[in-house]
Amino acid sequence: MLTLETLQAFIQAYAARLAELCTVLDDLDNRIGDGDHGTNMARGFRTAADRITGETFADLGALCQAVAMALLASVGGASGPLYATVFMRFAQSWKDCTNVDFEQVARGLASACEGLRARGKAEVGEKTLLDVWTPASEALAAQPDENGMRAAVASATKAALASRDIPATKGRAAYLGERSVGTCDPGSISSAVFFEELADATVGGVTKTSWQT
Amino acid sequence: MSLVIVSHSKQLGEGLVKLLRQLAPGVDIHEAAGLGDELGTDATAIMAALQQCPNTHDILVFFDLGSAAMNAEMALELAPPSVAVRTRIVDAPLVEGAVAAAVAARSQLPLDDVIQQAEAARTMHKMLG
Repeated sequence: MLTLETLQAFIQAYAARLAELCTVLDDLDNRIGDGDHGTNMARGFRTAADRITGETFADLGALCQAVAMALLASVGGASGPLYATVFMRFAQSWKDCTNVDFEQVARGLASACEGLRARGKAEVGEKTLLDVWTPASEALAAQPDENGMRAAVASATKAALASRDIPATKGRAAYLGERSVGTCDPGSISSAVFFEELADATVGGVTKTSWQT
Repeated sequence: MSLVIVSHSKQLGEGLVKLLRQLAPGVDIHEAAGLGDELGTDATAIMAALQQCPNTHDILVFFDLGSAAMNAEMALELAPPSVAVRTRIVDAPLVEGAVAAAVAARSQLPLDDVIQQAEAARTMHKMLG
């Protein structure tokens, strides 16, 4: 189950994890993009985490909307509008709810994927975060319970690692095309971490990958 | 007609606005560039720039790199419908496109012609001869 408390805890944990992984994500992005994915994500989620600290929210919708607006004004790169879209979709999906079950979480994630596709004008297989979000969301939708949440993490991790073998056709890495093969997509890695932390906050006991370049 | 310049770089945005104002005095031009002192774009700043434009004006948005377009689209969704309906994001090279648009706007060409001239800047040759 996802509650106001677990969602707040997730934002804090994800912000902390992004701070730890900042250099790894920047290094990956340096090879195939503009080198700021870690910095941007860490700054954005730190801002969002600070924004919600000590605040009370009426429902998950209000909390997600606050996170979206904080990200929008602080990330800077493509991840800003993309993650703002994710949290706006969550806000619509979980409006007026103070807690949601895993079926509702799966619906929120499916809506977020739809939002990411529309915002980024991307499809699966283009070396973007959608390659992680899509299978992970589908894994939870197929089994909307605690085990499904763990299966979502496994799918996300696998997809993030598989991004190494895909040539980029979207985003800044598309300037490199075939030369982007051999480097994992940093946006896919930070997405896999998103699912690790979301699962850890909701079901606990998630083994976290030690991501390296 | 108003122009809004969206760039990852504060200096690039401000510099371009200065250039445009020299080339097309009297045209209403705004910028939403940079993220504080960092490189980046900010949908809320873009929305604020759109709202600075006179409420009778059509607004053309020019941007530098991909995610600036994403933030411009986001700003259009966040902005009041009365602003969004008057706004077009132009797919053109930032400098040449904005220059073409500013000059066309100064000549008071119709909106579609201004956009067409900005888009045509994509294939314009700059070297003479």
